[in-house]
Amino acid sequence: MSVAEAPAPEALPEVHIVPPTPRLVKVLIGLGIFAVVVFGFFTPSGEDVTFQLALGEEALALPDLTLPAKISAIAFSAIALLAAVGGLFAARKERALWPYSTVFGIFFVLGFLSWAVAGSTINLVGLLQGSLLLAVPLVFGAMSGILCERAGVINIAIEGQLLTGAFMAAVVASLTQNAYLGLIAAPLGGLFIGLLLAVFAIKYWVDQVILGVVLNVLAVGLTSFFYGRLLAPNQETWNSPPTFSPIAIPVLSDIPIVGPILFNQNIVVYLMYIIVIVINVALFRTKWGLRVRAVGEHPQAADTVGIKVNSVRFRNVLLGGLVAGLGGAFFTVASVGAFGKEMTAGKGFIALAAVIFGRWKPMGALAAALFFGFADNLQSVLSIIGTPIPSEFMLMTPYLATLLAVAGLVGKVRAPAADGIPYKKS
Amino acid sequence: MKLELRNITKKFGDFAANEDISLIVNPGEIVALLGENGAGKSTLMNVVYGLLQPTSGEIFVNDVQEDFEGPGDAMTAGIGMVHQHFMLVPPFTVAENVMLGHEHTKGAFLDLDAARSEVRRVSEAYNLQVDPDALVEDLPVGVQQRVEIIKALVRDAGVLILDEPTAVLTPQETDELLGIMRDLKAKGTSIVFISHKLREVQAAADRIVVIRRGRVVGEASPEATKAELAGMMVGREVSLTVEKPPGNPGEPVLQVSDLSAADLEGRPILRDLNFEVRAGEILGVAGVQGNGQTELAEVLTGLYEGEVTGSITMDGKELTGRTPREILDGGLGYVPEDREHDGLISSFTVTENLVLDQFGNAPYSSGGVLKSAVIDKRADELIEEFDVRTQGAAAPVSSLSGGNKQKVVMAREMSRELRVLVASQPTRGVDVGSIEFLHKRIVSERERGAAVLIISSELDEIYALSDRIAVMYRGAIIGVVGPDTSRDEMGLLMAGVTND
Repeated sequence: MSVAEAPAPEALPEVHIVPPTPRLVKVLIGLGIFAVVVFGFFTPSGEDVTFQLALGEEALALPDLTLPAKISAIAFSAIALLAAVGGLFAARKERALWPYSTVFGIFFVLGFLSWAVAGSTINLVGLLQGSLLLAVPLVFGAMSGILCERAGVINIAIEGQLLTGAFMAAVVASLTQNAYLGLIAAPLGGLFIGLLLAVFAIKYWVDQVILGVVLNVLAVGLTSFFYGRLLAPNQETWNSPPTFSPIAIPVLSDIPIVGPILFNQNIVVYLMYIIVIVINVALFRTKWGLRVRAVGEHPQAADTVGIKVNSVRFRNVLLGGLVAGLGGAFFTVASVGAFGKEMTAGKGFIALAAVIFGRWKPMGALAAALFFGFADNLQSVLSIIGTPIPSEFMLMTPYLATLLAVAGLVGKVRAPAADGIPYKKS
Repeated sequence: MKLELRNITKKFGDFAANEDISLIVNPGEIVALLGENGAGKSTLMNVVYGLLQPTSGEIFVNDVQEDFEGPGDAMTAGIGMVHQHFMLVPPFTVAENVMLGHEHTKGAFLDLDAARSEVRRVSEAYNLQVDPDALVEDLPVGVQQRVEIIKALVRDAGVLILDEPTAVLTPQETDELLGIMRDLKAKGTSIVFISHKLREVQAAADRIVVIRRGRVVGEASPEATKAELAGMMVGREVSLTVEKPPGNPGEPVLQVSDLSAADLEGRPILRDLNFEVRAGEILGVAGVQGNGQTELAEVLTGLYEGEVTGSITMDGKELTGRTPREILDGGLGYVPEDREHDGLISSFTVTENLVLDQFGNAPYSSGGVLKSAVIDKRADELIEEFDVRTQGAAAPVSSLSGGNKQKVVMAREMSRELRVLVASQPTRGVDVGSIEFLHKRIVSERERGAAVLIISSELDEIYALSDRIAVMYRGAIIGVVGPDTSRDEMGLLMAGVTND
């Protein structure tokens, strides 16, 4: 026998592997069929639905769009279904799926709205603008989660970081009557929780999930105590921060639909844009990002090439605390205008869900946070218009979506390999 | 580059992993560190590489004393190391892995082009073919190892430490690696080659330093006989061959037909296996790790989680679709590949582990209550019979050495009346003394009339034990051959090359 003429491994029964249909596509097709049937069937015929495409204050306002509800429900759902089927073919050819799922998402929602709003009017621009605002703390929280978890430390304490950030911003902005100083103080609040997380998780190897839960309780306890003792009795001095007003960016804010949604916002929202972009670029294109990801995936490998694993982790957890704390400022100096007890109301946990749903990628987490913000806002808008679905069901959407994501229904969700495992040198 | 260690001692608490070790590696020399698992070879090299700090002693590189606070310092001094478990980040590309820790940057950003061309430059200079853009997780282990070597070379390593580099390689890949080592040596790189495999040490080294229980016990030249080397390694004379009377196979006991399996994502793992094992026969399953052997063992014992089609019978009774409990009670003994995770409960005592399979049955319990007197007596018998070296029957099994842990697993499994014994990597990480003993017990099962299936990635073991050898490649049995097949032919089979 000779090596040269021996048949190579091809001698084995080779199976031609057709790429299996991704679960995401199956789910989308299922939802598409559901939409055509349910939205089409239940929308009363003879009713109209009106979509307003401007807030009314724009220089260049688009006219309202009035459509027969039943026909538009069926048509929009059918386009969504088509996009899902298109995704099926894209998957066969191993092309990217996100354009198809985006189109699906838009038309599915339009189909849904045609049914839910039939006989009435909904302002799409207002709906989306509100969604963005609701998503802001989620985005900051999710970026904090990504910074920590990409380096291998689970951050359940996002909720607590948002809360202390909100608290610090309110107090400092009130005392100084300067919203910008509040914006500087907020990250320090988050940093405090981040520091505790870093010390106990990295130095003392405390179980990170338990630790995160404990830190959240601590944040609630501390802020509630000061709120009850200091802020509530002395609203005037301690809890009346000035708030930021929207800054319209010239030209950009005049673009129909997109302009008022994205470019007529307050400074915290603009900071969010910058932070998401910076983290995304830094994580995947810089030396810092390469090292962070290495530490989160295979800390021993990083150690053997001279990277100080625990320093990288420490730094990232502190950075995460800063970012989440900054996000907390949104509650008090950009939105409500006063601190309220436990005012973050679980947003930190939804941010955590956005991290997972977005597969530990900044852009993915951003998309997930926007989706969750949309679900949240849609729920409140629809409850005002009065719709067939109980609003509690809409509020469940983020959790349901995350559950499905974690269960692998939308493809493989893989955390950084060393996420949550303390690095101990033997 | 010259590396010199003077009187290195490394203690963990009271335990001295290295004691007073001195060693000189001259420029362009390949020195083999030979010793059993747990002799302290890896600890010593981790000290040299700065991962551990010595309790006392000095390290000199080119006659300059060095004090390494971390691997970064060692690398700067020109020491590179290829670890036994690769230190590569699986979702990164080759280029990203190679540049990690000494990244090229263009302004604020990573310069991947520079990293790619560096990988190409080194892989061409040393004839290591690697695609810089391949993801490490997609590469076969042999190539991953080359990536590790490249990683050391781009950092201008003058001394390269290879820690058990051949453990995961096919015989062909091993030959290639030995060739690479010679090339490196010719270009002036010094190499410290850690191994417990005598054949490779003899083939590669200029000089062999033998370590036992943390001390250097002597030096040998590659011309020394295997028996001499093994004797130095273990500290007494050892027999390297297994005494095995000629086989007398009887009726087929374990019959496998058209057996296929797919993992949870539908990828084929086992492809259409057909074989039988007779009473009083040992069938060895050879192959490079990751070609379906692990899964085969799991399928046979009912532990596999994916989809299984085809049939497995033991004495004519169908085993597929049965639970592990039913299969074990039916007379199958299983020594799993990963004894720490699948074979033992580490925090339980030796006694408890010895009756793990039967504690619910008479006479070990009645009415749901354990009868500890009976259990203790049984455990003492087994400890005696299998020569388990333990501080006591009540010691946690985690305190035992690898060899003694394996004896506990083997003792438990063989304490039932077995029709079939499936043993996966029965002597991995086990000292030479225990290997002798474990092999004897396996042969005695065969003499008793059991059908024995041995899965091993150590060819020596396969040759020593098997009456017939089945070679697995990519989930299929690519050939069944006799134990007189040459190593070359076997190596080709393991690489998927058949002669028809």
